Amino acid sequence: MIELMNQLNFAFPYIIRAMALLSVVALGALFSERSGVVNIALEGIMIMGAFAGAWTMIIVMNNFAIPRQWNAFIGLSVGAVTGLIFSLFHAFAAIHMKSNQIISATALNFFAPAFAIFTARAVTGDRALNVRLDYSIRNIPILSDIPILGPWFFTNAYLSTFIAVFIFIVAYIVLYKTPFGLRLRSCGENPHAADSLGVNIYKIRYAGVMISGALAGLGGVMFVLSFSTRFDGAVAGFGFLSLAVLISGQWKPIRLILIAFLFALFRVVSEIPDELIGIRNLNLPQEIWRMLPFIATLVILAITSKGSAAPRAVGEPFDAGKR
Amino acid sequence: MDYVIEMIDITKEFPGIKANDCVNFKLKKQEIHALLGENGAGKSTLMSVLFGLYQADEGHIRVNGNDVHIRNPNDANDLNIGMVHQHFKLVHNFTVTENIILGSEDTKYGLLTYKEAREKIKELSERYKLRVNPDAKIEDISVGQQQRVEILKMLYRQAEILIFDEPTASLTPQEIEELMKILKGLTKEGKSIVLITHKLNEIREVADRCTILRKGKSISTVEVKGTTNEELAEMMVGRKVVFELEKTKAKPKETVLQVSNLTIKEKEGNKEVVRNVNFKARRGEILCIAGIEGNGQTELIYGLVGMLPIKEGSILLNDKELSTLSIRKRSLSGVSHIPEDRQRHGLVLDFTLENNLILQNYFTSKYHHRGFLKFDTIRDNAEKMIDRFDIRSSRGPVSLARSMSGGNQQKLILGREIDRNNDLLIAVQPTRGLDVGAIEFIHQQLIDQRDQGKAVLLVSLELDEVMNLSDRILVMYEGELVGELDPSKIDEKELGLYMAGSKRGEVS
Repeated sequence: MIELMNQLNFAFPYIIRAMALLSVVALGALFSERSGVVNIALEGIMIMGAFAGAWTMIIVMNNFAIPRQWNAFIGLSVGAVTGLIFSLFHAFAAIHMKSNQIISATALNFFAPAFAIFTARAVTGDRALNVRLDYSIRNIPILSDIPILGPWFFTNAYLSTFIAVFIFIVAYIVLYKTPFGLRLRSCGENPHAADSLGVNIYKIRYAGVMISGALAGLGGVMFVLSFSTRFDGAVAGFGFLSLAVLISGQWKPIRLILIAFLFALFRVVSEIPDELIGIRNLNLPQEIWRMLPFIATLVILAITSKGSAAPRAVGEPFDAGKR
Repeated sequence: MDYVIEMIDITKEFPGIKANDCVNFKLKKQEIHALLGENGAGKSTLMSVLFGLYQADEGHIRVNGNDVHIRNPNDANDLNIGMVHQHFKLVHNFTVTENIILGSEDTKYGLLTYKEAREKIKELSERYKLRVNPDAKIEDISVGQQQRVEILKMLYRQAEILIFDEPTASLTPQEIEELMKILKGLTKEGKSIVLITHKLNEIREVADRCTILRKGKSISTVEVKGTTNEELAEMMVGRKVVFELEKTKAKPKETVLQVSNLTIKEKEGNKEVVRNVNFKARRGEILCIAGIEGNGQTELIYGLVGMLPIKEGSILLNDKELSTLSIRKRSLSGVSHIPEDRQRHGLVLDFTLENNLILQNYFTSKYHHRGFLKFDTIRDNAEKMIDRFDIRSSRGPVSLARSMSGGNQQKLILGREIDRNNDLLIAVQPTRGLDVGAIEFIHQQLIDQRDQGKAVLLVSLELDEVMNLSDRILVMYEGELVGELDPSKIDEKELGLYMAGSKRGEVS
């Protein structure tokens, strides 16, 4: 029993950080898709955010003596702004030029890693940017001492996790309690209805894509901080995984969080199977565990997509003339 | 006399067509003013100009005596002008309340004041007798209720002038009656109403005055009371309209279609929606299946053409059993079908006119050569059909079906089905939502088919059509045939009794 508790205490922070990352990026995509624009450029936007964030943090660290968490905050902010700007390419192509949204997003996915690696190498001579320092928060006074919750949520935690919680609450309120949220949701379902009531579809859709860009960029930096401590031109498929989270979560925030937890759990099991005693005792080859999150994605998508409730107008460019 | 709306010498030109040509239209306070015209006469364009969807090239608009410029729907909204579009503009998974407040939400501390809005909507729906549950989702309520939501949307925005674009097109007769009451109630509360329509009966029932448009020009504005339906129709079409169809007595010959003991289950579920149906359709007659909507007529036809599996029974076409064949094989065996939902089952909307014409025989050697389509033959066929059936469109054979008017879409389907020269022609609600001219044309074509010795099976909900067009009537009630009638020997009242299930007769 104590052994199990220790195991959980050990694994939970890992799960939480993966879950925070997945849910922030998926939540961003939710804004884009519910406004009616498919955004499969999450992976590329995350890479751009991660690149800009990591680079900024290295510069700040080398030149200024400021506390670690402040630097993390600066890095996250720069990542978000970068993601927002990068997503504008997709927004412009998809909304103003009425291009195929899958293609313009794929273009961004191709562009981002190439650009990031090329620039990193041009600047540092190495394709990777090493952030080096550990940005986790080991202990928080008082909170870490709470039984169960303390070790799960407030030990070895990351600033980004708390930001993720804050973002989730704000996003939920914006989506369901404000005029903007109502309009955004209507644009993804029936833009002609919204248009006939004087809602500016273009503005709302730009806003949706930009929010998604900012959160994906933020997610990119979260990945650097809590998973790899270095940036080497990739985010390990977290962008696409977030898209799966969004779809399995049926484009609804609460379900999305639950699915994110599930995906995060599989991810952690696959990454550190040797450290989890119960799993180690099963004596299965490592490869099985490594495959787990991807197989789980397929299975979960297959099960959940049957009652799929995608926004009706998602992926359709808005054309005021078409009935 | 004071007018709330004056549209003076409005001209609006689209590339290649003058949709409005010096049109004058004046709306009095608290009246119901009908705007009558055929499809394409410029009714919708005129109202779109008033609602700010289009800008007029010439002319001006006065609201309550003041000159105004209406650049977009928001301007119209500010002038208290509201519009119910023919195709409702509602978000299917929003509640009634959310749909109504969308775009003009009230907030407190930046958050929606949903409860207050809900109360306001309740109050409005009681005052104007528009029964609707503010918390229901749109996808769960009937078309009639959805229309009330559209009306509430305007009232919520304090509209004084209400424009209704073909409001009865998709309603059942009961819902239409309800709507007419609502319209009268609205004028009593001080609203002024413009009713865009081409149905003369509706105008007669509710409208005070009527402005007739024809080919983009305003022909006349008349008091409805002092004008007969014949005069209205003549002004609308520009020639005398035959209300009584000219047709000779039918000379039925041998049986083409014999249906015996046909039973069909509903699409999802176990209920038998067609029960033990027996009938024969003969050459040289128009056999009509009458009934109130939803009594199994749709499923019966689906069963005949193969869109639904049948549970029991047989379908013999010229002594050939159809019930086990696929849709294509039935069609090739000699079944022509003008489907009820022409946009879903009759056409591929994003295909061109010429391609829509060959949907059932593109695979025959007439239209392909070693796997490649013969484009010249397809084009020739389209040109021939356009000529023969007067199918009008903006770009001829290459027009997209979606861009065509309802009447011309139907002519396309009708032409295609007739041209296949089959013994059996099934026409389900062939004139639903069409204007007088198109209805007349389609009726004439069906009679011609009969006279050429085809068996015509007509399914119709319109009493007029049933009485005037058919040679023999079968009445369907709750999945069964409850009467076989001769239209020359009964009147509409009696037919109504059979349709309502309060009278039953023998079916041979």
